[in-house]
Amino acid sequence: MSALILIELNGSEVSSNSRAAITAATQLSDTIDALVLTDDSANAASVASLKSINTVKVIADSKLEHVSVGVASKLVAEVMTDYKYLLSGSSTYSKNILPVVGALLDVQPISDVCEIKSNNTFVRPLYAGNIMATVESSDDTIVMTVRATAFEHSGDGGSATVEELSLPIPEQKSNFISLHESQSERPELTTADRIVSGGRGLGSKDNFALIEQLADKLDAAVGASRAAVDAGFISNDYQVGQTGKVVAPKLYLAVGISGAIQHLAGMKDSQVIVVINSDPDAPMARMADLVWQTDLFGALKELNDHVL
Amino acid sequence: MKIIIPIKRVLDPYTQARVNKQTQLVDLTNAKMAMNPFCEIAVEEALKIKESNAASETIAVSIGTEKTIDTLRTALAMGVDRAIFVKTDSELDLQPLHLGKILANIVKREEAQLVIMGKQAVDNDNNQTGQILSGLLDYSLGTFISKFQLSDDGKSVEVCREIDSGIETRQLNLPTIVTVDLRLNEPRYASLPNIMKARSKPLETIEISSFDIDISPRVKVISVEESGTKDRASKQVQSAEELFSELSQLGVL
Ligand SMILES: Cc1cc2nc3c(=O)[nH]c(=O)nc-3n(C[C@H](O)[C@H](O)[C@H](O)COP(=O)(O)OP(=O)(O)OC[C@H]3O[C@@H](n4cnc5c(N)ncnc54)[C@H](O)[C@@H]3O)c2cc1C
Ligand SMILES: Nc1ncnc2c1ncn2[C@@H]1O[C@H](COP(=O)(O)O)[C@@H](O)[C@H]1O
Repeated sequence: MSALILIELNGSEVSSNSRAAITAATQLSDTIDALVLTDDSANAASVASLKSINTVKVIADSKLEHVSVGVASKLVAEVMTDYKYLLSGSSTYSKNILPVVGALLDVQPISDVCEIKSNNTFVRPLYAGNIMATVESSDDTIVMTVRATAFEHSGDGGSATVEELSLPIPEQKSNFISLHESQSERPELTTADRIVSGGRGLGSKDNFALIEQLADKLDAAVGASRAAVDAGFISNDYQVGQTGKVVAPKLYLAVGISGAIQHLAGMKDSQVIVVINSDPDAPMARMADLVWQTDLFGALKELNDHVL
Repeated sequence: MKIIIPIKRVLDPYTQARVNKQTQLVDLTNAKMAMNPFCEIAVEEALKIKESNAASETIAVSIGTEKTIDTLRTALAMGVDRAIFVKTDSELDLQPLHLGKILANIVKREEAQLVIMGKQAVDNDNNQTGQILSGLLDYSLGTFISKFQLSDDGKSVEVCREIDSGIETRQLNLPTIVTVDLRLNEPRYASLPNIMKARSKPLETIEISSFDIDISPRVKVISVEESGTKDRASKQVQSAEELFSELSQLGVL
């Protein structure tokens, strides 16, 4: 009953959600292999030192840089013939590829697993996390993405065998043009211990800089509501929520965010929630451990000026 | 070029989902229902393409019980040319693999070059159906798109995809499947005259059994429970100093 993890790399580093997938896999299988699709086989080194991995299967080909989802899923499906489980961390990378693999293997994939109850029974959120469903799969092969906030991030310390596979790379039906990544020195949103998040209440992109200033002071990541992203205060990759990123930091500081269900879906498991909002009836306030009911501009000035 | 737009009827996204203790299912009796917000955006994009004279016909498809017709009528009222209703017997929520197989049949029958759909249904949050459809048809795929531009020769499209690290731009060869994200456009409302006109637009009904697809669930829901947000202490603070001192005491600074 072996498991395969589709590893997501950030450059040459293993992403934290892949590490969560490994932890989930240890609850399902004693034999766990990893699969890496990369343009450079040197990237397999960081995967080989992951704990709990037996063999790292590497498909390395220059064509795999920014490869299309069609090609990636065909390669994964081919490797999957030897495995019972395919796991990957919930991210836009795996949510793109894994369902296509499911179609190729004729299995119904399971999204966003938060808990493993048995070898075929899992808990996953529905309705923006307002409902938790226990689901049972009757497929012979089980394909799933797992929430990085629900499982520990497995560490290093292993020494897996590396096996290079030479599979023919199918023809692409789509071509990469460009990638615009936001550059930031701040901690990464999904793994940060502290997040300062801003909403529509900030009013403008210039004002949103006050959020970034406070984040820097607290060594925190920056987050945003959909309204803030839609209004152009900050780019899409900072959005927290049902359709953005799911986070569970030690501290979530929500400034000028009302607390719509879709926003709460992305942050309600945070350890300590602080709300700065002038409206005492904002749903966000009920969710908070600490509430500062005030005008956010005055509050941000005071927080930014305060000597820690 | 025909455009197919698969749409889903869901619980209104601003309504709190509740579990019926007796049935152990999410209670949808008398609940406010709506077109999945991502599907509204898909419809809007298809209409824009048609209005730019790049498409010959827009076709909305929905799979569900009789009530699903309301959602198809909404799409027709927004401006879609015709609708295909795939009728199921129960409220049984079909799974993306089944939906993908049904939609693949329809896309082939209609010889559609373009399928525009939501990136996720806000009830089950699967985020799978478009991907599965592309796998079954072996068509190119662009998920989570926030920009769509048909090429001048009409053979490909350029899309921007909202991904975790930022925005990826890709060129997709037709035929293609795209799944839309929230920032692609602002969906229009159906005007009253258009709602009237929609009543006489063609709506074809197909029984699900006529597809000869095994729709027995591969993933069964055993139980559901409400996990909504738990209210917290909401202790009031009045100053930066007080806030920082509370945070230090809580050990998060
Ligand atoms: C399908 C779907 C998916 C969605 N996905 C997401 C998602 O992933 N993430 C997300 O965040 N949203 C999402 N949304 C949108 C969500 O429903 C809300 O519209 C959004 O979260 C609101 O953002 P906001 O709280 O910043 O803005 P508002 O709701 O406008 O709240 C602004 C808040 O700021 C406060 N405020 C204003 N001025 C001041 C001031 N000077 N001082 C103090 N307080 C002030 C107000 O009291 C108010 O509470 C989604 C919606 C849909 C339909
Ligand atoms: N019952 C359905 N009928 C038609 N289209 C559907 C149905 N369910 C899902 N879809 C389409 O698939 C998209 C993604 O849904 P999901 O994969 O369930 O999150 C939706 O936005 C719709 O475009």
